[in-house]
Parts: sequence; structure tokens; C-alpha cells
Amino acid sequence: MFAPFMINAWIVATMVAVVAGVVGFFVVMRGSAFVADAVPQGAFAGAAGASLIGVSTLVGLSVFALAGALGIGLLGRRGRHDVATALTLVLMLGLGALFLSFTTQYSSEIFALLFGEILGISSSEILPIAVLGLVCIAAIIVMYRPLLLSSLAPESGEARGVRAARMELLFLIVVAIATSMTLPVVGALLIFSLMIGPPAAARSLTGSPLRAMALSVVIAVALAWVAIAASYETDWPVGFFVGVGGAVCYAGGRGWAAWSAARLPPAGSSPPVAPVAPAAPAAPVAPVGS
Amino acid sequence: MTSLLHLLFAPGFLASPPVRLALLTGGVAAFVSGAVGAFTVLRGQSYAGHALADLSVTGGSGSYLIGISPLLGFAGTGVLAAGVMDMIGIRRPRGRDLATGIVRGAGLGLAALFLFWDTTHTNTSGVAVTILFGSMFTISPAVIPLVVGCGLVALAIVAVLYRPLLLSSVSADLAAARGIPVRAVGLLCLIAIALAVSLSALTIGTILSTALLVGPAATALRITDRPGRATVTAALLGVAVTWLGIVLAYDSFTWPPRHDGWPVSFFVVALILVGYLLAQLVGRRRPVRRVES
Repeated sequence: MFAPFMINAWIVATMVAVVAGVVGFFVVMRGSAFVADAVPQGAFAGAAGASLIGVSTLVGLSVFALAGALGIGLLGRRGRHDVATALTLVLMLGLGALFLSFTTQYSSEIFALLFGEILGISSSEILPIAVLGLVCIAAIIVMYRPLLLSSLAPESGEARGVRAARMELLFLIVVAIATSMTLPVVGALLIFSLMIGPPAAARSLTGSPLRAMALSVVIAVALAWVAIAASYETDWPVGFFVGVGGAVCYAGGRGWAAWSAARLPPAGSSPPVAPVAPAAPAAPVAPVGS
Repeated sequence: MTSLLHLLFAPGFLASPPVRLALLTGGVAAFVSGAVGAFTVLRGQSYAGHALADLSVTGGSGSYLIGISPLLGFAGTGVLAAGVMDMIGIRRPRGRDLATGIVRGAGLGLAALFLFWDTTHTNTSGVAVTILFGSMFTISPAVIPLVVGCGLVALAIVAVLYRPLLLSSVSADLAAARGIPVRAVGLLCLIAIALAVSLSALTIGTILSTALLVGPAATALRITDRPGRATVTAALLGVAVTWLGIVLAYDSFTWPPRHDGWPVSFFVVALILVGYLLAQLVGRRRPVRRVES
């Protein structure tokens, strides 16, 4: 499991999970699930376009993710936000369908882009992914307070000079960058699970934003590791474990919240059941070599 | 005149059985999606529609595994997922989006596994592309009764529930005060969306069925504010763009770069967007009353 060709997968998955945990926390706080879902899925078309004209996949992904984020941000200002998101998404997917029909690519590559492929990561890809990840984290640190304010109380944010529309656009751009780095690993359809399952669970476990964000990163990293280990052991696609694991995290969080609300003293002793238990079948997270 | 017609409709267009079949199934799917889509947009449930479309990938890939018609798989998982979303969904829109996303993620995870099994065990490679991007010209005629049946059920739900659905879309509180079972109405609406989306999934693919659901409806609601008129307009617009898309796709068999035809889904989406932008330009001239959620 820790053979040389797997090392890249572990490194990249860890970076991806950290970024997904941080960015995902704000996705959940802002309730922008649809956007966080649409940008990666649309960016998938960029990867198809990149392979058509022969540039790096990461470039294609970034261009389409950014274009999608800007399209959603600008179109969404007038008219319904969810309609703007849906239309931007289908435009990008339509282009993706066109690009795919132009190439004679094997369908396995499409499958990898959509559902994730951990073995395809080369060492030269690590540096760009790390840079993009750092940009995301830095952007979130810089915007932390205004972003939190405009997510929780947009009106009082406006009163303090935080422009909600501008914040939304900046946040969308961060989501786009996070998307471009995450997509090749987890796949276009399932990044979203990594971005939303762990933060949703973390939020039901603690009320403090910083603690929730830290917890969300921890859960996301654990989920990514379990998914890779399980995928390696079973040879099943990594996306399966991420998708189902994300849902299990959410269910665990909801269950824990309901359980602790049912007990009268709300804070208390350690839970009898671990609140987060990703569904991956018997795959050790601890470094047990295989 | 005939030469112009020949330019648009390549010779043999209407005589080809796959084209006739595509026109029929595509038309039914677009009509149902447009009509149901009007309520999807009015209720602010584009995301639910999109998630149901993605979830039908699970059903589609599962149906290849056990060897039933993909449409049964699409519709079955769609209705099931609608139930689960309703079960765990919170009433607030934010919670609703989150619940929708979680169900979608779990479903797609399963889809990844099913597709993997499809390609490894049953040796049906290319299933992923067929399911995701549709197979308008390779639909089997045996599926027509099922298509029409699903379409009629979805339309019947919308027609029977028209007034309560509209009222609960505009104001859930008011509807509840009048004794309308808001939650049951919402669930039935989700089921109608799931059925509509499964039909589109069969024709233009799961990934793009959101386009037929949301696009014509959003365009129609730009043109008129009356819900009834918007529903009909959306259905007709949907049929128009789909048929035009099929015509263009048929023409495109001689187009570069591969002389193999451009995908129907691309033309349909492109036409939908052109329509929406045109309606936006026209609609801007007069004030549009919006029913904001």
C-alpha cells in the first residue's frame, strides 16, 4: 500500500483533503452546496477540452472552473441564483460533451476524470497542486473574518462594509481553485462529497467556527485516507468510498446532534459511539504496510 | 425553397427509423421536462432536479448490471432518491441543499462502483458514456410504452396537483393554513421531477438532463409571469429545442473534425442557452414580477 507509486497518491490526497475541509466549511456555512457541486462538474469539461488541444489537464480544469465561477457569480446577480448556476453548469457540460465527441479518447479516461483515479498522479503534478492548495488556504485566511460575517449575517456584514456580492464572487473563485486541484484525484462527481460531508459533520459536533473548521479538516483527511486504503485493498473506485463515506459522516453528525440534544445536559462525556465512522470496509488508516 | 429545406433537413432525415424514434422519445422527454421544470424553477428546486439527474446515473449503471431497461433504473432510483431527500431534508432552504447534496454524493459513489463492475464483469465498456451523455439515436423501440407511461404519470401529477402545488410554491405557510398537505405535495413534486429527469436522461444523458428541466422553464418564466402559460410555453419550448437539436445533429454528420456527428446533447444545450439569453434581452424591457423563494 505504500509502494513508491502510491506515495504520490497519499501526498496529494492529504493536501486535497485539507483544502476540501477548509473550503468546504464555508460552503456549508454559506449554504452554497449547488455551486460547490456545479463548479467541479463543469470543470470536467475543461479537462476534456485540454486533452483535445493538447495542454495540461490542470490548465483546462482551472480555466473552466474559473469561468464557471465567474459565470455563476455574474449571472446570479440578476435572476434566480439556482437557475443561473444550473444554466452555467449545463453550458459547460454541453461543451464537454462536444469536446469528448471530438476526441477518440478511451472511455476509461473519462471515467477517471469523473470518478477519480489515485494511481494516475505523477510526481510532476504534486508541485502545482501544492501551490494551488496554498493559494486557497491563504485566501481563506485573509478573507476569514469578512467571509464568516457575510456567511452568517449578510446584513450586518453590509453595514460594516463587507459587500456580500463581492464576497460571493471571491469565494466562488476560491472554490474554483480548490476544484482544479482536487478534481483529478477524487473525480468531478465526488469532490463535492469530500467538501461537504466532513464540514457538515463537524458543524453538528461543535459550535465554534475555528474548532469546526479544524475538525472538518481532520475528518476530511481521515476520510481521504480510508478511501485510498480501501480502494487499494479492494480495487474498487476511490470515488465510491469518498461518496458513501461523506454521507456516513453527515449521518453520524446528524445522529450525534440529535442524540446530544435528546440528553438534557447538552455538553458532556465522551460518546459511546464514535460520531464519525466512514463506511469503508475494514481498511486500516494506521500505516500498516502491505 | 426545396434546396433550402434540403440544406436544413439532410436527405433521408424523416425516413430514418432511428431519427423518428429519437424525435418521438426526445419530444416526450422534453415536453414532460418543460412542464415539470416550470414548477422546479418556481419552487427554487433546480438543485434537487440536478441531483436527481445525477442520481439516475446510479440506476442506469445498476440496470446494466442486472440487465433491465435503463429507463426502469433511472426512474426507480429517481423516485427512491426523492423519498430519501424528503425524509432527511430540513425545511430551510440551506439545510435542503445540504441534504440534497449528501444524497447525491452517496448515490454517485454507488454509481462509481456499479460502473466499475459494468466495465469489469459484464464487459460493456462505453456504458459510462452512454449513460452520462445519452444515446438518442440508439434507443430501442421496445422502450416507447415505458417512456410514454412515465411521461403521463409525471404530467398527471402536475395536472392534478396544479393549484395546491402552485400555492405551496408561492407560500408554504398560506398553503398549510388552507389545509394543503404541503409535505406530501412537495414529495409528489419531487417524484414528478425524478420521472421527467429519467426521461431526459435516456435521451440527452443524465449529465445534461438538468438542461431540459431548467432551461426551457427559466426561459418561459422570463417571457410570461403567468404560471399556467409558463408551464405550457416551457413544454413547447423544450420540444422545439430538442427537435431542432436532433435536426442539427443529423446534419452534423458531415461536419468536421471527425465526420461522425456532433452530439445531440450539445445542440440542445446550446439552443436552450440562446433561447434563455434572447428571453433575457426581451424580458429586460418590461418589469418582471418574480415569485422569490
